[in-house]
Amino acid sequence: MPRVVAKLLIPYILLYAFYVQWHGDYGPGGGFQAGVIFAAAIILYALIFDLRAAQRAIRPWFVGLLVPLGLLFYIGVGIATVLKGGVFLDYNVLAHDPVHGQHLGILLIELGVGTTVAAVMITIFYGFGEAVSDR
Amino acid sequence: MNWVIDVVLLALLMLTAVTIARLRGLFSAAIVAGIYSLLGACWMSVLDQPDVAFTEAAVGAGISTVLILVTLSLTTSEEKKPERTPLLPLVVVLITGAALIYGTIDMPRLGDPQAPTNLHVAPRYIEESPEEIGVPNLVTAVLASYRGYDTLGETAVILTAGVGVMILLGGARRRRWRDDDDEGDDA
Repeated sequence: MPRVVAKLLIPYILLYAFYVQWHGDYGPGGGFQAGVIFAAAIILYALIFDLRAAQRAIRPWFVGLLVPLGLLFYIGVGIATVLKGGVFLDYNVLAHDPVHGQHLGILLIELGVGTTVAAVMITIFYGFGEAVSDR
Repeated sequence: MNWVIDVVLLALLMLTAVTIARLRGLFSAAIVAGIYSLLGACWMSVLDQPDVAFTEAAVGAGISTVLILVTLSLTTSEEKKPERTPLLPLVVVLITGAALIYGTIDMPRLGDPQAPTNLHVAPRYIEESPEEIGVPNLVTAVLASYRGYDTLGETAVILTAGVGVMILLGGARRRRWRDDDDEGDDA
């Protein structure tokens, strides 16, 4: 029974995470919340089915790679604004219109935040889960 | 009628907090802590802070409850009985609580437009951000653009926390893997 409910819920939780990620500038939420919700879906999957099943779906090495990539992407946006003639993280210079630049900048750095947060949460859970199953 | 919701939510928060302190079984304490976080999320949405409510519900009620439960299965699930009645801590807590309540007497009312926090940079964010940032959710505009440095730092903090946990958990395991590999080579 829990498996059926989880199977029904997990796709919607993932979809909701993406909604929160990309609509953070219109509704409540943003990268942090989206990352946590995404990680919660994976953790639910691991709890209901099996840690190994979750790790087959999303490989630990891949999640480990995403942890620094999100932050590096965020810093990369800052460096891009510097290269385009602005100051660090001044999104105005990212597009011809400053407001468009702001939209683009916010979207990109939220993606970086979401990636790192989701990856860190999943990595910590994988780490704990492996420590438990090792015993 | 709004005050009824406020009173009920705050009373439930207090009740769960006292329950957590009194419980000896750590598994049940972890579950009640999850309920506490969920009530906290409700409280935040009553205060018109959906962004914080979101985070509290997902992190506090969801992920941290799971992580505490997993940690308990690695350690022990029963809290040790205190050796003597904890009178001194009780006195310290009472004095701190009294000081905090005394401190709130001077505080401006909730949502007071004349409160010092609402007179500093907030009016500028509210007035200028529709033209400067053009994002309907003001919280996102402040967090991601005006306070982009802070958010970068927060993301770095989360990364550091994750790396720290992995080093703590991984140290023992990596050693075991190495032992396993050695055995494999011998065979």
